[in-house]
Amino acid sequence: MNVSTIHDIGYRHYEGKRLGRAYVTRSMFVHNLRAAYGLGRPARAKVMPFILAGIMLLPAVGDIAVVAIAKRPEALFPYTRYQFMLQLIISIFVATQAPVLASREIRFHSVPLYFSRPVVHLDLVLAKLAAFTTALFALTAIPITVLYVGGLVTQVPDSGEQLLHYLGGLAACLLLSLVLGAIGLVVAAFTPRRGFGVAAVIAVLLVSGVLVSIVQGITQNTGHWTLSGWLGLFTPYSLVDAVAYRLLGGKLSAVAAPPGVGGGVAALAVCAAIVLGAVTVLYARFRKAGLS
Amino acid sequence: MPPIIATRGLSMRFPRVTALDDLTLAAPPGVVGLVGANGAGKSTLIKILLGLLPPSAGGAEVLGLDIARQGDQIRRLVGFMPEYECLPPDVSATEFVVHMARMCGLPPSAARERAADTLRHVGLYEERYRPIGGYSTGMRQRVKLAQALVHDPRLVFLDEPTNGLDPAGRDEMLGLIRRIGTEFGISVLVTSHLLGELERICDHVIVIDGGKLLRSQAVEAYTEASGVLVVEVDEGRDDLGRWLHERGVAVRPEGRLLVIDIGDETVYDLVRDGAAELELRLVRMEQRRHHIEEIFSVAPQNVPGPPGAPGTPGAQSRLETSAEELRGGAR
Repeated sequence: MNVSTIHDIGYRHYEGKRLGRAYVTRSMFVHNLRAAYGLGRPARAKVMPFILAGIMLLPAVGDIAVVAIAKRPEALFPYTRYQFMLQLIISIFVATQAPVLASREIRFHSVPLYFSRPVVHLDLVLAKLAAFTTALFALTAIPITVLYVGGLVTQVPDSGEQLLHYLGGLAACLLLSLVLGAIGLVVAAFTPRRGFGVAAVIAVLLVSGVLVSIVQGITQNTGHWTLSGWLGLFTPYSLVDAVAYRLLGGKLSAVAAPPGVGGGVAALAVCAAIVLGAVTVLYARFRKAGLS
Repeated sequence: MPPIIATRGLSMRFPRVTALDDLTLAAPPGVVGLVGANGAGKSTLIKILLGLLPPSAGGAEVLGLDIARQGDQIRRLVGFMPEYECLPPDVSATEFVVHMARMCGLPPSAARERAADTLRHVGLYEERYRPIGGYSTGMRQRVKLAQALVHDPRLVFLDEPTNGLDPAGRDEMLGLIRRIGTEFGISVLVTSHLLGELERICDHVIVIDGGKLLRSQAVEAYTEASGVLVVEVDEGRDDLGRWLHERGVAVRPEGRLLVIDIGDETVYDLVRDGAAELELRLVRMEQRRHHIEEIFSVAPQNVPGPPGAPGTPGAQSRLETSAEELRGGAR
């Protein structure tokens, strides 16, 4: 006879393993990466990130179709230019998803729950930045991977050169993801209301881009080419484009880039400063939120 | 038994307020109540004990670990349920509690198992798969409690766990806290501004006011017999009062009752005889017990302190916090 019954066995103590700092940090990374794409949250949280990821893929797929049908390999987009072309979509992704990672837990006062546990402040910040960077990298790197694979399938010539450009493109994606992740999280962390956060990130990314390209145009018209190049460092997309153009063998996509390899190194240094600054600011912000 | 919490001259000064003022106390294992009016420094004390906020002066130990040097170890062994709303509305209780378990270092499968167990213990069943945003206040409080217990701590800090609950929910929460202390074998530090609540569930009660210690003693010491006899008769209260007064008993009316100082044992006989002689129906005759609330109220009568508890009130000593009183009160 097989009778199954439910026994209330009362409270049981936990005798198993308790893992250390590395595991906790990894768990935070995975949790935040999932949150960036709305996983583990209701369906409506998944709509925006996945639609944007879909839109990111469309031009790559269309381009491959053109290359394949028209047999015109020169129509293949340069890998480093892809993210510059689609900066509006990437900006919207940053704007809608940065508040999810940066300000959601501050807004709902969940942060103290982390720091009343064995969670190190810096680990939380680094896990969030790494998770958002990875989310953005997935958003930007998958389309250019589609381009590269499509190029291989349609037998675009110079496959060795293509591979090099592709790797350069991946590096540029990673750099852009880091810079945008850093900027997005900082702006969102200081605008606790979600709507404001979205607006603030959009403002910082798009308005800075538009302003810089206008001023760059004016300076070029008046003949100040070098100045115009340096101005590109003031907005994230042309900043990363400068690194891609000067150091990673990409094509120039922004209005101008600072001159020479030195210009590329300077742009890279600005990227590093942005990321380090963001970590410092986020560290202070979450430390404060942990005491609320 | 060594104390679970011990503070020495703990002070916390913010630019404009002093939250804690030279607080020295020791709490034994079990369910310990921390009582004080709003702003008395309860939440600040918990933050300091968790090692989140460095105190301005003094030190403390939690489970024998120093808050300044061993905060990390303390945070592995304790759980914390904040007073405020701390739950993201767009995840399910299961998802949230599993995540919080992993933040304590529990491996994925253990985290899931513990989360399911803990949510069941606090009384959340099928609804735990729905987003928290749709929960009632009572259910949210349970989720907050579950995340504090999920990693099987040795001590939990519960900050105002009955806040916002209706009477039934309050009773259930109090019962749950009592079970945590007894059945689960987890020590509890629970704060409240309602003394009556804590009287029901605590073994030991610490009273602070304005960041100072008022009293720290076992709960029985607060509720000892007060040396006052309460008598209720059906009608003819005044007749009985007059009858007793004529025989030299200190008696006064209080509502429908007569309150009589117990001088010696013969008072009982006198009440019985009086009721019999006046042919009154005696409804109730009992020794009145102290309530913890009396610490805060100005005494309406001069209640003589029960023997053996020198810390118990005289109206003037109510706000005194001498070390002597502390030693006398804390058993």
